[in-house]
Amino acid sequence: MSDVTPGGDQKNVAVQPPEGAATLELVEVKRGMFGVDGSGDTSGYGGLVTPVAMPAASSRPYGNWFDQVIDVLTEVLDEAGVPPQQAIEKVVVDLHGADSADAQQAELTIDVAREHLVAVCQALRDDQDLRFELSLGVSGVHFPHDAGRELHAAYHLASITHSRRLRLEVTAPDEDPHIPSTTSVYPSNDWHERETYDFFGIVFDGHPALTRIEMPDDWVGHPQRKDYPLGGIPVEYKGATVPPPDTRRSY
Amino acid sequence: MSAPTDHRPHAAPHATRPAGNEDMSSTVRAFEAYGDGDWDDIAREAIGEERIVVNMGPQHPSTHGVLRLMLEIDGETVTEARAGIGYLHTGIEKNMEFRTWTQGTTFCTRMDYVAPLFQEAAYCLAVEKLLGITDDVPERASVIRVLMMELNRIASHLVCLGTGGNEMGATTVMTVGFTAREEILRLFEAVTGLRMNHAYIRPGGVAVDIPEGFTTQARAALKNVRGYLKQLTDLMLANPIFKARLTDVGVLNLSGCMALAITGPVLRSTGLPYDVRKDNPYCGYETYDFDVPTAKGADCYDRVVLRIEECYQSLKIVEQAMERLDRTEGEPVMVADKKIAWPAQLAVGGDGQGNSLEHIKKIMGTSMEALIHHFKLVTEGFRVPVGQAWQTVEHPRGELGVHVVSDGGTRPYRAHFRDPSFNNLQGVSVMCEGGQVADVVVAVASLDPVLGGVDR
Repeated sequence: MSDVTPGGDQKNVAVQPPEGAATLELVEVKRGMFGVDGSGDTSGYGGLVTPVAMPAASSRPYGNWFDQVIDVLTEVLDEAGVPPQQAIEKVVVDLHGADSADAQQAELTIDVAREHLVAVCQALRDDQDLRFELSLGVSGVHFPHDAGRELHAAYHLASITHSRRLRLEVTAPDEDPHIPSTTSVYPSNDWHERETYDFFGIVFDGHPALTRIEMPDDWVGHPQRKDYPLGGIPVEYKGATVPPPDTRRSY
Repeated sequence: MSAPTDHRPHAAPHATRPAGNEDMSSTVRAFEAYGDGDWDDIAREAIGEERIVVNMGPQHPSTHGVLRLMLEIDGETVTEARAGIGYLHTGIEKNMEFRTWTQGTTFCTRMDYVAPLFQEAAYCLAVEKLLGITDDVPERASVIRVLMMELNRIASHLVCLGTGGNEMGATTVMTVGFTAREEILRLFEAVTGLRMNHAYIRPGGVAVDIPEGFTTQARAALKNVRGYLKQLTDLMLANPIFKARLTDVGVLNLSGCMALAITGPVLRSTGLPYDVRKDNPYCGYETYDFDVPTAKGADCYDRVVLRIEECYQSLKIVEQAMERLDRTEGEPVMVADKKIAWPAQLAVGGDGQGNSLEHIKKIMGTSMEALIHHFKLVTEGFRVPVGQAWQTVEHPRGELGVHVVSDGGTRPYRAHFRDPSFNNLQGVSVMCEGGQVADVVVAVASLDPVLGGVDR
């Protein structure tokens, strides 16, 4: 079917960021209108190329209390002998439609190099100007096309002392799905890391008992990954089947 | 534990001994329990240093669903307790990735089925963040959300108190609790058409406005709820047996709660007034007048007191919300953007459901564009800009977090729910170890886990 799809044979599409803009965080490039190849796309949109880029790194000033937290974190990491430029890969401020970072819906994301994750967590929890005492768990995301950083883990921290919230994002490649465990700093992440391991196959090094938590112990594969095979549904009519949802036409 | 009355050795078959076939004693180890001593002495004599591991659940009436507790016991004392979960895992998060953003509410409402509106609200607030329409949600929609969430909080706490009482053998506590909850479920039915699994709160607002005369109906119902709450208070809080069973049981202090990120009434029972509604307000909670009750004991009894007190605080918020609803009658309950607002002018038809006939007549008869638009929005859904968002709300059981990731499509790329029950169950070990087996039931009931939310 791909021969009827105009532009279906395109291989590499370089997406250039606009002049002067920060590098976009490209996680995927979609083709066509319906997401699935060979589905008989006769819509004329077969040549459509849609880059999927996550919000790019923000530049200073971030606004609100965000600058202060980054400054203090940089300082504390420096004192602890962790090079802050390596530990903090990127700072992203999502305004979510607001005019400034002062709005309630603005979010701060710090991308952290995985080897420095525990040190960053320790600093965020213990320094009196940071005091992110509460860890609200780990959420995994799988971006199979984000080469070299396919597996993302997002940690949401809350500071009760200062009424602040932020997100740490850590990535790991599919070939080496290891992220250090944060249970030594936030014991509550125990089950959350087990859950993320169960669903994404991220191995949290140093976790006290990294076993499956939701799926049966002998389950094969990690179901929340995008490459996890989904079953189709057999239909009792002329041997037809409903294809698995990820191979169906989508928008 | 009464000692066996028959002191003769090798008497009638005992519970710890295989009955009938005496040959089985060669393959199955048998214990004989007789004598006047304390059960602990008998057990020590018969069992010695052997470990006894008891599985409580996953099908046990007092584990609130399919929770499995693995207890290592020494006589009546629990020396080690672990929780096993996963028996109700239905892959809701994965399923949400294959449905539109609007259909997502239909899935997430089924997670914690005792407090469905909180998942809906948190999910919709997160999607609205991604869409950048947080400030565009009409005031009336936010007020309805607050009203529904607070009613749901009361209903959820009533289930917690009722089942908690039932598990200790106090059936009246359960019947009163469930009767009171029924009043609230009737209100839900009047607004959403369903008693649970509402899918009522939608990205951009709510599915449909409250029916005419709802506030009058609600005021009458809540008067009854207040009466039932009074009954529950009288029945539980001064009851010496109840107090003896709950006081200083399942203690988890502030540092324990913080280390295990346990939030909600369990955290507040240690004296820390942490409540997301105050700490990081959403849906306009900063404009309502209410208190965050706390206690000092950090035990199961204080958590009961707190839950009752929270019900009264919720009633206070509900009254303020109803006042605002009376004032904003006729105002929109969905964002004005027709590219997001579900094109539903819902009205109850002859068959008790469906879209308004007026609307159908218009789109089928006179406006082809409206029909196309309706069709596209319902089948394909709206697109959500690339990015991720996190939203937490104060769930009856603690802090509920939603992490949604969009790849710019019409379906969530990833939706993750940080369910408070899931997290709080980590506290079972600390709360139960060193206590009695009977205290395990009380301690778990004070955490109030709902396994639908735990396993998702």
